[in-house]
Amino acid sequence: MAKSENDVVITGIGLVSSLGVGREAHEALILGDSAPAPIVETERFAPYPVHPLPVIDWSQQIPKRGDQRQMENWQRLGVFAAGLALDDAGFKDDAEACASMDMIVAAGGGERDINVDSMIVDEALKRNDREALLNQKLTTELRPTLFLAQLSNLLAGNISIVHKVTGSSRTFMGEEGAGVSAVETAAARIRAGQSTHALVGGAFIAERLDIILMVEAIKGHQTGAWSPIWAREKDHGGGMIMGSVGAFLILESRAHAEARGARIYATIETVEGDRGNRAEGRLEKRLERMVEGAKPELVMSGTTGFHDLAAREKAFFEAKFPEAAIRGFGGLIGHSVEAQFTAGIGLAAMALGAAKPVAPFDKDHEKAMTKPAATALVTTIGHQRGEGIALLAANA
Amino acid sequence: MSNQFRDHLGRPVVAVTGMGVITSLGQGLEDNWAALTGGRSGIHDITRFPVNELSTRIAGTVDFIDLPVANSVERSYAMARETTLEALTQAGLSGDFNGPLFLAAPPVEPEWSARFELADRAGPAQEPGDAYDRFLAAMRERPDPAFHEAVLFGSISERLADRFGTRGLPVTLSTACASGATAIQLGVEAIRQGRTERALTVATDGSVSAESLIRFALLSALSTQNDPPEKASKPFTKDRDGFVIAEGAATLVLESLESAIARGAKVYGIVKGCGEKADSFHRTRSSPDGGPAIATIRAALEDAGVGEDAIGYINAHGTSTPENDKMEYGAMLSVFGERLKSIPVSSNKSMIGHTLTAAGAVEAVFSLQTILTGTLPPTINYQNPDPSIELDVVPNVKRAQQVSAVLSNSFGFGGQNASLVLAAEPR
Repeated sequence: MAKSENDVVITGIGLVSSLGVGREAHEALILGDSAPAPIVETERFAPYPVHPLPVIDWSQQIPKRGDQRQMENWQRLGVFAAGLALDDAGFKDDAEACASMDMIVAAGGGERDINVDSMIVDEALKRNDREALLNQKLTTELRPTLFLAQLSNLLAGNISIVHKVTGSSRTFMGEEGAGVSAVETAAARIRAGQSTHALVGGAFIAERLDIILMVEAIKGHQTGAWSPIWAREKDHGGGMIMGSVGAFLILESRAHAEARGARIYATIETVEGDRGNRAEGRLEKRLERMVEGAKPELVMSGTTGFHDLAAREKAFFEAKFPEAAIRGFGGLIGHSVEAQFTAGIGLAAMALGAAKPVAPFDKDHEKAMTKPAATALVTTIGHQRGEGIALLAANA
Repeated sequence: MSNQFRDHLGRPVVAVTGMGVITSLGQGLEDNWAALTGGRSGIHDITRFPVNELSTRIAGTVDFIDLPVANSVERSYAMARETTLEALTQAGLSGDFNGPLFLAAPPVEPEWSARFELADRAGPAQEPGDAYDRFLAAMRERPDPAFHEAVLFGSISERLADRFGTRGLPVTLSTACASGATAIQLGVEAIRQGRTERALTVATDGSVSAESLIRFALLSALSTQNDPPEKASKPFTKDRDGFVIAEGAATLVLESLESAIARGAKVYGIVKGCGEKADSFHRTRSSPDGGPAIATIRAALEDAGVGEDAIGYINAHGTSTPENDKMEYGAMLSVFGERLKSIPVSSNKSMIGHTLTAAGAVEAVFSLQTILTGTLPPTINYQNPDPSIELDVVPNVKRAQQVSAVLSNSFGFGGQNASLVLAAEPR
């Protein structure tokens, strides 16, 4: 595709997963000859395995202890990953660039206080004036600051406070679709000349009983042990293993990136989200429309691992792009809901930027690549609704 | 080529061709406007849940909408559906909407009733703090897809998208108390990008519950002047002591002016400019110098391509908290200077309370109605002016005055600031 000034290019990747901290750590692991074994915690939330947070030195990106204390893990992880992306793009100490930088965060909600919730429901079991009890207990037991640590738009708020990104601040919600819309919106603005540089991404903490409960309500979790994402069995639950992930990107117009001599990992050629009934091939029809014209050598799939959705997605791409290598990154780092789409884009951009093949994450179900990809599709098919696809190209 | 369909930067002019609104004052633009210009308050004693032991016992809840189940998600959806039906009828649109949906919706969590139900199913505690382990055991026994759906942030936009046939993946957003304005801004941007001829922008908040009230109360954000309820919200006065939490919804049908005229639609006004700027000062407090709010207002004026002198009326954020009103005044003074004294500035929140996620859109609808009718809604409860805030707040009684452009401000927790410039249809 001919280059143009308002092309959307990726110049920063901030990724934290169970595999480690930062772009370079992930590159070293996925761009080698073989992918690493996934890191899985099977005891703490048994029978639900999760991909846990790695060891993180929070002060590397959130220097003030006071700031760290004002956030729960979800916000802290997001602010940390955002800082990594700013660093990676060379914006970290550029106050002017941060002050004019647009920001779109894909957010869920924050952690409940499990002890307070437990205390209230336990007491309520003995009482028949539950609403009155609720008033008493919430008034006395809720920590005032917890509200802010739970509030969806306060991840963005904390990024403004810690990293001074203040051009604009928008928070999108709606599970996987929030991440898709965040990238779609930021890219559309850059393409239209409404924005020159933007921080986009999200964070997700899998190690939370309230989140685990939400997914158990639809029997979505794989139970027991980890198994390859394309081969999870119905005898072991729903197929999803969640993972704690923070994934932020810096998107820029080509003109803005080139003017400051930034390293460009990849170009976002197209990015789009859609939704609707998935029955009777309608999901495939929408995918078909969204990948029209693409000829990818790599499909970085954000499949949840839900049996039916994973099988349908794999079948669709194998039929549509028989030459392409598929990589189900959820098998490696887990499913991260709001952060899933930007995590996938980050991983694909690493491969395109380094011009290296991506090792199979699952040797039995994913084929090796013999040469680097020039273009890659990134997919996220939401666990309940919403789909998004981005087409990335190497910056040749 | 300059023509009536392009703005000062050559972008498509964005028209409003349909509006719908619900607040504690009632359902529909007509009823709301009559109450608002009549200086009537929608604030009342809370009856939704017991208020014993609570320091705040009043709110502007919406209790007159029929719901299949009384919870925040159903209420937020029902209000959004109703205002959208009103707006589409006004716009003369039926069938699939065929444009994108931008929805400002409150972050929701499971209702306490759902937790109690799970606890009942699960049996007693084995050790302190183990409620979620028991909940999980109960879920393993019997999954509950309705519980799952009720806590998904994407569930309201999903239903609206199906009901109204919007196109693509809807955006559900939250920029706290600026959310409604942000939804409109996203719609404006999409039309200016040429991605669509029309956009559905909806903002809704039906999330008043004991826990939401207590959370704001713990931050000392709410008025505790419970008696009488209708007097509690008193923006820009010396006695203001916090906002009154409220519910509401609004829908605006945005359309390129060109497409609106081409299909013979009535144009209710123009969204001329949008501005935003994040604040990095504090999680709940604004920069003391008002810098980001000033930058936001200036950005909206610049985006609209108008000078300060074009603004004839300001629909203030005006929450009635000590801090917001002072900061907002300072920001306006800094932008408008001496002329501020002669610009009427009123706060709808004196009557409807703070509709939180919905406020920016509700107040945009009222701003457009101000332009259309030549009537400025008052700031009620303005008995004891704050001497350090020298504003013409349209005190207590509406005023007949023609205005052609209105500035509407929205500021929120998390450093969120958004302003809109709304204007009459160009002639």
